[in-house]
Amino acid sequence: MTDLLAFLRTHLPALVEGLRVTLQLTLGGAVVAALLGVAAGLGRRSRSRWISWPAHLYVEIFRGTSAMVQLFWFYFALPFFGLGLPALVTGVLVLGLNSGAYFAEVVRSAIAHVDRGQWEAGRALGLDDRTILSRVVMPQALAMMLPPAGNLLVELMKNTALVSLITLSELTFATQVQRAATLQTVPLFALALLVYFAVAQVLLTGVRRLERRVTAYRGLRA
Amino acid sequence: MIWSWEFALDVLPDLLGAFVVTMEATVAGFAVAAVAGLGWALLRMVPVRPLARAAFLFVDFVRSTPLLIQIYFLYFVLPEYGVALAPMTIGILAIGLHYSAYTAEVYRAGIEAVPRGQWEAARALNLPTSAIWLRIVLPQAVRPTVPVLGNYFIAMFKDTPLLAAITVMEMLQTAKLIGAESFRYLEPLTITGVIFLVVSLVASYGVRKLEVRYAIGR
Repeated sequence: MTDLLAFLRTHLPALVEGLRVTLQLTLGGAVVAALLGVAAGLGRRSRSRWISWPAHLYVEIFRGTSAMVQLFWFYFALPFFGLGLPALVTGVLVLGLNSGAYFAEVVRSAIAHVDRGQWEAGRALGLDDRTILSRVVMPQALAMMLPPAGNLLVELMKNTALVSLITLSELTFATQVQRAATLQTVPLFALALLVYFAVAQVLLTGVRRLERRVTAYRGLRA
Repeated sequence: MIWSWEFALDVLPDLLGAFVVTMEATVAGFAVAAVAGLGWALLRMVPVRPLARAAFLFVDFVRSTPLLIQIYFLYFVLPEYGVALAPMTIGILAIGLHYSAYTAEVYRAGIEAVPRGQWEAARALNLPTSAIWLRIVLPQAVRPTVPVLGNYFIAMFKDTPLLAAITVMEMLQTAKLIGAESFRYLEPLTITGVIFLVVSLVASYGVRKLEVRYAIGR
């Protein structure tokens, strides 16, 4: 017991500091992914090729190449174009771009699954397409988007570990540093894994709660 | 011009050589995931409560923690218990076990989708439990999982660059070394990305074909 306390006292501060960066990456990446996902998901439905094509290209490229290759490309290859970004910015950007491409497909398929009659009814009431989309279709699509969005959020959180490989001191990196210092390999990795697991549970619980609120708001559930 | 075609052609053979390693890791890892996943799925249905519960917890835990740290865990922890394996073997085990948590869910869904009547009919015919599983349930359960497993195969392929973290010379690690030696990262990393993109697109097309073949009708 005293061993455990001593262990925690030695290592916990560094890991908590790492966790802070992990959470920053998760949150920042999620914001970028949400914006890009909605933009690209809607963009792919556009009748104008000038919008739908770039959206499609973005989705295919960022889903088709590996997240880690993207991270290294942005960190090591982008400076050749004179654009060297700090590791944290690169991490948030790449995590967001990567998850955003997956989220775009979620958005697109959720909108496509809203009954066509909703559009027809909206038009019959004299609403313009923009109003139908934002006031009628999107609220219904949102309920369908949330469960897959929750899974994507956990995947994004897991991917933040990759950013340790471009020298950013997040949780995995901090664990490695502590391991190198004290060689307490098993307890350190076990602790880090438990922290990641706990974060994932918190994220999933949050999304589930949001899901309940959205469905309750829409009166789908009594 | 920033991009040099000459340099790109120069490094292409090395990267294609490393692509073979990437594919080996993917295929071997997938074999681990396909077998171990079925194991977890079956274990979850065992009537022994603690055992089923443990399998559920393991799958849940592995799925919600990063693959990279699981790779490190095996890489640093196994030698402490006297198990000395090559980095490639550890990488295959780690990636295979990680994805076995996903394939377990796929198999479970497949098994649960087998109509109850199949069980009842098999019991009515007095078949032994082993035969019900092996001859009746599993053949029907595995079939619709094929395209889903295909998608996980592609996801695993895209996760193999994580093995670079434990010095496996797959494509990304090779590109990184070329970059460090020549101070030119642009060409090797871009080529690596393009190879990933082309293979993923072709593989996704293949999976869509599988969906048509396996999902509709029996």
